[in-house]
Amino acid sequence: MTQTTTIHGEKVSLLRVLGPGHVWALGVGIVLVGEYMGWNFAVGKGGAMAALIACWVAGLLYTCVSMIDSEVTSTVAAAGGQYAQAKHIVGPLMAFNVGLFLVFAYTMLEAANAITLGYLIQTVGGMTGATDASGAAMVLHDKPFIVLTIMFLAWLNYRGVYATLTFNLVITAIAFIAIIILFFAVKPWSTDTLQHAELLTGLPYGWIGVIAALHFGLWYYLGIEGTCQAAEEVRSPARSLPLGTMTGIMTLLIAATMTWFICAGLMPWEYLGQAVTPLFDAARLMDSIPLMVLLFIGTIFSTLASANGCINDASRAWFSMARDRYLPQWFGAVHPKYRTPYRSIVFLVPVAVLFAYNAPLDQVITFSILSALLGYTFMTFNVVMFRRKWPLGSIDRGFVHPLHPLPALVLLLLCAATYFAVFLGYGTQLIAMMIFFIVASLWFHFHRYRYVRRGDQFTMPWPRPLGNY
Amino acid sequence: MDQLNNFQLLEYGAWGISLILGLWMLFDTIRTNRRYSEDFLTSSREGEIEGVLVIDPPHQGGHL
Repeated sequence: MTQTTTIHGEKVSLLRVLGPGHVWALGVGIVLVGEYMGWNFAVGKGGAMAALIACWVAGLLYTCVSMIDSEVTSTVAAAGGQYAQAKHIVGPLMAFNVGLFLVFAYTMLEAANAITLGYLIQTVGGMTGATDASGAAMVLHDKPFIVLTIMFLAWLNYRGVYATLTFNLVITAIAFIAIIILFFAVKPWSTDTLQHAELLTGLPYGWIGVIAALHFGLWYYLGIEGTCQAAEEVRSPARSLPLGTMTGIMTLLIAATMTWFICAGLMPWEYLGQAVTPLFDAARLMDSIPLMVLLFIGTIFSTLASANGCINDASRAWFSMARDRYLPQWFGAVHPKYRTPYRSIVFLVPVAVLFAYNAPLDQVITFSILSALLGYTFMTFNVVMFRRKWPLGSIDRGFVHPLHPLPALVLLLLCAATYFAVFLGYGTQLIAMMIFFIVASLWFHFHRYRYVRRGDQFTMPWPRPLGNY
Repeated sequence: MDQLNNFQLLEYGAWGISLILGLWMLFDTIRTNRRYSEDFLTSSREGEIEGVLVIDPPHQGGHL
């Protein structure tokens, strides 16, 4: 055997090498692409003011998500994040469903990012104005770049979590700094460039437009909960996870508000509501080549960072379920040299490629949003059960979220409003997704659960529940 | 004609790199599966805190 890393006895495990910065990069990296594109469809649903309300309402929803996640995850130092939480706190069937929500949400988001990156490269090819011998415009096809994005990032993930998330840290920081530079370039202290007074035209579709805007308002923050997936690879879970997650949501609240402020002050809502790359468009309106280049780089980097984080998270969720035999145990293997869940990473590559290659972008995004939304709904009663089974003082917590159970109730209310918003636009997909999860649950209950070694799945050194259950 | 070649070269380059990376992962997966026992590869357990404090990640694996 040629083993180059520490292996304790006859065991191999994921490597604990990450710090709070990596956790921040994982969470913000997955999400920041939503500031560069996607959030602005909320403007199309209800106008610029509706998008701002959606931005802050969704911000409240995700602040609740981050606080709840920070508390629970600081005690569950296991890969799989919310899946591991569900297993310990609610039960196997909930855990199986949450695991599937996670894999779906991240794999779909990865596919959506790869499609977007392919589109951006194709657009750049078109902007060169290249023509063939007959004078017809040439097209740079997006498919090779879609596949390359997925393959390269999967390879990076395969080779080790430290390099993967350090890469994410660098490109996410650059993408975030690009937004800040653009914010100061538009001179927010004056009305020379920004024309909010002229461009903000109230609510063109009334309050129903605000509800409809919530669907895409999630895009400002969707994925911040992914920080939990790093729980088994951070050096100090109780400190790093809450720190990385809470600084992550703060970063996103700032970035989201800045993004709205810049774009709503530069573009009329009729254009902004259907723009593909609103921040890049804002830079183009500034008539500055360095700003255009910077925001283009920011767009590419944010897309790459998101796809990269999604591969990391989807593979950890899949690995974690397989390790407990909720799925074939074969996927629960760790690479002895790179210390990554290599079989899960490789298995999810063709799945992502298939969706990125064949499925339309809006459908892929909607399935990702719906899966995530189901996960947030789970968090509400999960945290209530957690506090009742393990009251404060009965288990060491790295973070205690304030005002319990108010954040859980607010989260549940906002989830209900967002289900309604999604139903307005994508009712068929919502129902199809529900049917899929019901069928999957039946398969797990009647077939798969017999393979699960019930005692072996609980190896965390947790005290027995003290609460009312 | 040159432009057409450039675009095609880029596309073929992307396909080629994708193929190499995919084959590398596949080859390494097969090699690793053969080299180590299944019990060892699937011996990870959740929530285990390693005995050794990792202070120098680049020398502990998980790097390029």
